[in-house]
Order: sequence, then structure tokens, then C-alpha cells
Amino acid sequence: MEIPLYRWPCSNRRSKSRFMSPDSNPAAIEAPELPTATPSLIALFIAFAKMSLAGFGGVLVWARRSIVDQHRWMTADEFNETFALCHFLPGPNIVNLSVVFGSRFRGIPGAGAAFCGLLGPPVIIVLLLAALYARFGEIDALRRTLAGVSCAAVGLLIAVVCRMMMPLIRKRDVVSVVIMAAVFIAIGLLRLPLPAVLLAAIPISIAIAFGTRARAAA
Amino acid sequence: MHRIAVDVQHWMTDKQFADVFAISQLSPGPNVLIVTLIGYSVAGLTGALAATLAMCVPTAVLAYGVSRLLRSSRSGWPAIVQAALVPLSIGLMGASGLILAVASDRTVAAGLVTATAAALAFATRLNPLWLLLAGGVLGFAGVV
Repeated sequence: MEIPLYRWPCSNRRSKSRFMSPDSNPAAIEAPELPTATPSLIALFIAFAKMSLAGFGGVLVWARRSIVDQHRWMTADEFNETFALCHFLPGPNIVNLSVVFGSRFRGIPGAGAAFCGLLGPPVIIVLLLAALYARFGEIDALRRTLAGVSCAAVGLLIAVVCRMMMPLIRKRDVVSVVIMAAVFIAIGLLRLPLPAVLLAAIPISIAIAFGTRARAAA
Repeated sequence: MHRIAVDVQHWMTDKQFADVFAISQLSPGPNVLIVTLIGYSVAGLTGALAATLAMCVPTAVLAYGVSRLLRSSRSGWPAIVQAALVPLSIGLMGASGLILAVASDRTVAAGLVTATAAALAFATRLNPLWLLLAGGVLGFAGVV
């Protein structure tokens, strides 16, 4: 499937990434700049439609797999930073990610292509399901199946969080790991209220990042 | 969302909301699609489109603007702030993974499915669809 708009041989990259963990690929970690590929509008639309359609119980898993592992459009670090930004802006974080990601490569048309790819196909599917449901009523077996799918989906989410953690651990970035662990404990284990935790954690984290940067520059 | 759709605006009953929630979980795509269904049950296709766009477009435009602003700025601040948000974001995602696991894994078998899926997805290049499929089969068989 060679689309002429691709600048790189996509089939080649993809077959490679099946055997090679990008996380263990030194080139992918050290390269500070973007990987050379710039996705076309069609490639953006297709990539986001695919990750969206595969995204039962969360699209993040698929977004990272597609952008970092398969297409190498971003390094693990760039993905973390882009996602963090989208996570803290209001609105659904994956929708934000599609727009920020698409616009980064192809401006406003790119943002539109990624946005439509992410939302268009699943909107059609969800409406079809709603129509089917209205006609056939109870869906008990489906609900049971769904319970099983969500157990696995939670596992996938945990795994993608672990993968996103790896760049921090590999860099021996102790401060970041401590902040990350503190947020995890405060929200996940102690169940402290989210706004309070963020109100405390955001300034602290920014201050520390600023301090480290200043010291590194001096 | 439940509070607004059911209690405040009386767009739908509790049962209707539960159904809509189940359907939105059953279908692929971002979780935000539940608003598509709420829109659909209130005002048909137009309602579905209006609800989806209203939910996503304004924040998407804001995200676009902010990211443009950050990238065009010459000072070092945006990069510092963005780097500072990374550990917070990952910590939050980890916490929601844990909270979801506690909520959805009510049996030992379910916990095992989650743990196995997490381990396989982290350590191998296996396509996650297989893991979702396996979870679905186990759920259908009544194991979890």
C-alpha cells in the first residue's frame, strides 16, 4: 500500500517496528529533532481514524502506538510533552491531541484532517449502534463481553503509562520520577481532590523545572 | 454529565442514561462520544452532530491556539512549563489506571485479566486488539 504522498516507505518502517522495540532503539531516544517524516493530510486522517476505531476503552494506547512506534512521527519524549499539554488544557485530551498534532505538521488543514479522522468514523458507528439498540433492546451478552473488554483495556492503559514513564527513568530524571510518584499516590491511593493536588503540584513542578534549567545553563 | 442530562435538564431518564453510557462504552473512539448519543436521543441526528461539535470544537480551537503560541514564543518558558507538566500528566494517568482497575476488576479473575494484559502490552509488541478480544471472549464466557 504505497501512497505517493508519503515521503518515506511506509510498509518498510512498519514491518521493522514489529521486531524492534522503539524504546530500545538508541536513535529514537537520542534524536532531539523530529523524525524526518511529515505526514500528508490523507495519512493524518487515516492514522487518526485507525487509532480511533481500534480504541475500545481509550484511544491513548493507540495514539502512542501509532505516532511513536509505527509511524515514528514523534519521539517518546515529544509525545509525552505534547500529550501533557493536551491533558492540561480543557476538553477531551485525545481530541486536543489530534488538533495539536495535525497542526504541527500541516497547519489548520492538518488539524482538521486529524480531528475528522478521530471523530468522524466513530460517530457514525456509535449512531448505528444506538439505532440497533433502539430496535433490539437488551444487550446482556454484549454487556458481559464489554466487561471483559474493559478489564483488558485497563491493563492496556496501565501498560501505556509504564511506557510513557520509560524516558524519565532512562534519563535518571529523579526529580520528575518523584513528582510523578507523588501525584500518583495523592490521587490514586490517597484519593485527595484533584484541583487541590494540581494547584500544589503544578507550581512546584514548574519551579523545579525552571531551577534545573537555570542551573544547567549556568 | 449525568447530573446535567438527567437531573438538571431532564433530557433523559436514569435508565436511558445508563443505556447510552453502555452503548458509548461498547463502541470504539474517544469516550467523549457519549455526548453524541445524548444529543441523538434528545434531538436526532442534528442533535448528535451539534452536541459532538459543541463538545469538541471550542476546546480544540483553544488547544490549537495555545500550542501555536507556545511554539512561536522565543523565550524558554513554554518548553519549561511543558516539560514540567510531563511527570504530572503521567502520574495522573497512572492514578486513573489504578482507579479504573479498582472499579472494573471486581473479581480475582478480572484482576488477573488486567494484570496479564498490562504485562503483555508492556513487554511485547503484540497487537493490543488481541488482548481486547481475549478480554471480550472471557467476559462473554462469564469468566470475569
